[in-house]
Amino acid sequence: MNIDNFKPAIVYTIYIASTPEKVWQALTTAEFSRKYFSGFAIEAELKVGGAFVARAPDGSVHINGEVIECDPPNKLTITWNVNWPALVEKLGVTLVTYEIERAGDAVRLTLTQAHDRPIDDDILSGGRQGWPAILSSLKSLLETGEALVIKMEPPQRMLAALKKMGIGTP
Amino acid sequence: MRKPEFVYVTYIETTPEKLWEALTSSEFSKRYWFGTELKTDWKVGSPFALVMNGTTMDTGEILEADRPRRLSYSFQHARDDEMRNERPTKVVFNLEPHGKLVKLTLTHEDFEDGSKLLDGISRGWPAILSSLKSMLESGTALAIPPSALGIEGFE
Repeated sequence: MNIDNFKPAIVYTIYIASTPEKVWQALTTAEFSRKYFSGFAIEAELKVGGAFVARAPDGSVHINGEVIECDPPNKLTITWNVNWPALVEKLGVTLVTYEIERAGDAVRLTLTQAHDRPIDDDILSGGRQGWPAILSSLKSLLETGEALVIKMEPPQRMLAALKKMGIGTP
Repeated sequence: MRKPEFVYVTYIETTPEKLWEALTSSEFSKRYWFGTELKTDWKVGSPFALVMNGTTMDTGEILEADRPRRLSYSFQHARDDEMRNERPTKVVFNLEPHGKLVKLTLTHEDFEDGSKLLDGISRGWPAILSSLKSMLESGTALAIPPSALGIEGFE
């Protein structure tokens, strides 16, 4: 897999009153992710080639990925593949990069979701809906100690588009 | 390809009324918006200006003011020679109750192709709205130095 072939489809930037180390910890540990990411547990083996998993509250693997670049606490690139039948075969790999930079007393966190082929807006609507909720909640958690309770409807537009492509969705 | 626009969504633990107040009052904007004051009476058709430390940065006109749901103004940059010659753009804030939170959606649209202003505001809005969220949730806006945004001439 050559990551140079991937082009950004979604970019989301958020500034957080925190340190790069704490933001890194929040992005890579279950202790934090369960609070801001709908109960999902991030299990990351933080080395290139290591496993990157997001486990649903019922214990099932929801995101099945691999660490591609790992430069703590500055940059983490992972494959972010939703564990639904035929998804990777039909859409290719989804690449997610977190870049963490100091900006004065705050931290700038930039998320990029990239793909190696054009992806329909209907499918991208899932990430466009999800990332702002996840990262808004992460920011609140680090700044106030409390994550947000964001009730999200299932991303119907994305699910319908995936189903039409023959991808198994819940 | 999507048309050239910038969309930013964030969720804030506050009420639509408080968020409206923060988006429309200089007392608040000075704290989270790099010292910027909002010069307008917020009536549809009235002139609008963003004044940062005495310098008018951007001007426009109020297009919609449906408190506390939807706020819109036209937006033209006033300072940088290249950007101020671009055609006026449009800013829309949508405030939606979302459980105990407010979902804030900013849409900034109607840019020319290859707009330099679009690059600038794409760097600016995430910092401004992140700081606004911090101010409403924790009481303290963020201390982000303008130079950290990487916008030419904004330091």
